[in-house]
Amino acid sequence: MIGTEEITTIVASSLRLTAPLAFAACGEYLAERAGTQNISVEGMMLGGAFGSVAVASTTGSATTGLLAGAIVGLVVGFIHGNLSHRVQINTFVVGLVLNALVLGLTSFLIAVSEFDSNQVAQVNIPGLADIPIIGPLFSQRWPMYLLLLLIPLTWWLVERSRWGLNLRAIADNPQAADVTGLKVNKLRRQALLYCGLLSGLGGAYLATAEVGSFNMNMTAGRGFIVIAAVIFGAWRLKGTLIGCLVFGFADALRLALPALGFELNSQLLVAAPYLMALLAMMLFASSNREPRALGKPFVRGIT
Amino acid sequence: MSQDAGGSAATAGGSRRMPNIAQLMRPSERSVQVALITFVAVAVAVVASMFLVAATGGSPGDAAEALYTGSIADTAAWSETLKAATPLLLVALGACISNRAGVFNIGQEGQLLLGAGVAAYVALHLALPGVLVMILSLLAGALAGGLWSGASAVMHYTRNVNIVVSTLLMSFLAIQLVSFAVTVPWILQAPRASADSIASSESAQLPPEVRIPGFGQYPALEIGGGLIVSIILTIVLAVLLGRSRWGFRLNMLGLNPMAARHAGVRAPWLGGTALALSGAFAGLAGAIILSGQVFRLQPALSNNFGWDGLLVALIARSRPIAAVPVALLFGALRSGSSFLASTGVPNYLVDIVQALLVLAFVVPPVLAKVRSRGRAEATPPPAEPVPASTTEPEKVTA
Repeated sequence: MIGTEEITTIVASSLRLTAPLAFAACGEYLAERAGTQNISVEGMMLGGAFGSVAVASTTGSATTGLLAGAIVGLVVGFIHGNLSHRVQINTFVVGLVLNALVLGLTSFLIAVSEFDSNQVAQVNIPGLADIPIIGPLFSQRWPMYLLLLLIPLTWWLVERSRWGLNLRAIADNPQAADVTGLKVNKLRRQALLYCGLLSGLGGAYLATAEVGSFNMNMTAGRGFIVIAAVIFGAWRLKGTLIGCLVFGFADALRLALPALGFELNSQLLVAAPYLMALLAMMLFASSNREPRALGKPFVRGIT
Repeated sequence: MSQDAGGSAATAGGSRRMPNIAQLMRPSERSVQVALITFVAVAVAVVASMFLVAATGGSPGDAAEALYTGSIADTAAWSETLKAATPLLLVALGACISNRAGVFNIGQEGQLLLGAGVAAYVALHLALPGVLVMILSLLAGALAGGLWSGASAVMHYTRNVNIVVSTLLMSFLAIQLVSFAVTVPWILQAPRASADSIASSESAQLPPEVRIPGFGQYPALEIGGGLIVSIILTIVLAVLLGRSRWGFRLNMLGLNPMAARHAGVRAPWLGGTALALSGAFAGLAGAIILSGQVFRLQPALSNNFGWDGLLVALIARSRPIAAVPVALLFGALRSGSSFLASTGVPNYLVDIVQALLVLAFVVPPVLAKVRSRGRAEATPPPAEPVPASTTEPEKVTA
């Protein structure tokens, strides 16, 4: 039977599995609100995970590693932005190639190098951490608390800042935004930088906060789940984060159920995020929730 | 609508246009430029990969030699190269169709595995004469892949779901579906060897009579039936895309959906079948890997053939004939990679080389176009027709 201890385990592990998704989802959410759809978020996360472990191992500081991971993600975002919103190569082609490149590079480099294991410190909130069942919520690696800052920041950036207003404008009607003087492609590149920074951080969180080491293709499609979460959330931050929680929970169940003696096929749980995102797309796609110019390249003069 | 925007392999397409000096001058200037940049970019990609090997303590010379030995040094190596090139070519052919129509399918990995799965089911469960079962299983594989990507087309044209994202997500569903099928005894899981052995997550072996026959035996050159099928399909597709009304309409739809609609092209029908066809090619590729090469369904059967096949099509700029040498190159890299291990260089090197090659081929034409557009904006443009040369990636409707 399921006791409180099992529930505690599942709650804790869902949260841990949600966090990397949530970091990246904040970034991807902002990027999609700017009208870019970058499947390279997978590459950003994977690169971030590798970069963080490599740097954490050389410097001995997991925090430096975390920062380095974010910077690797930023670099991927920079490359993506310049290739798809300066040189104007189709964003999906760029994403596909970048994912392949990052996967190849990290697999290659991990095979020829040895890294020490490093983890960032755990912070317990006194008092709250001892509460049964929900106690683990208050006993987390410290970047989790950073996430709690980043979520409102992302919301504020998109919904309240001038920059975010511009981003939303270029996502819905780039031609009109261009006429008013906004630099559409420049803004999209900036959005991709933000996405890269946060996705890199998400990957770094996975590697240096939860696992402590890097293994080949460590993110294993989490970047695509992030995209699914943004769609599932109908391009709203709240919905996106709920999507991350649901998908994180499904992942936690997949890991926990066999130990609890339940027979539920793991393939269904792995497939659940994709299935739910597809259903959500079919529901939302025609209700105008999607940024209107999402994924479409902007070229001045062509409507 | 000419496809000769890109450099070195510029052949067909241009010849169909009226020979007008003013028109011929500009593209050729640009294509020389593109060819030059491409050459430099490929050189940079190769040098960067070699530098990476050297920097991580390997010997670039040894790595290159291992790649050569494993891919084209002798007939046995050539057999492996051809074996790897076959599914790559098939996937690329399918991608040529969908890319031209402007419907960008990136779910080939899943469509391929699903095709293999359904082909395995037919091959293992159908009690008919061997050859018939083989043909039916190949067709079933193609059908499965086609239905899978066709579902994305239905979602797009009825509910306006983004094709790229839905093919991607559907592809992960297909992978889980096949992974599930090989763990269920009454679907595809192989029976246990003995009562106390653990049942493995794979299908039983295909009986010899339902496998695709081929020519040649190790160590002589082996030419699988699948390769012959894919070469025939390449030629058929090249003719259809270049000469038929269907091919013309596909190009029109991809280059300008609005104009195509005014010309009477029904986008849902033409784009939908293009997407379904691309999936069918991927499914066929999976079925051919299964019944021509590995004979046993495992979730790892797809082995990135879907992703890499798409990259082949990108380098070939959606021209079937150009996809043949590119598929051979990628196949050679694949077969050569198995020899890398002995030199101490991880075989993931090949993945890096492939990705860099794609960048080296995809970036220059677009770069040249953007530069010439920049020039055109700076100076009043001469009487030039609509920018005819468009590379594949830009045809995509999101």
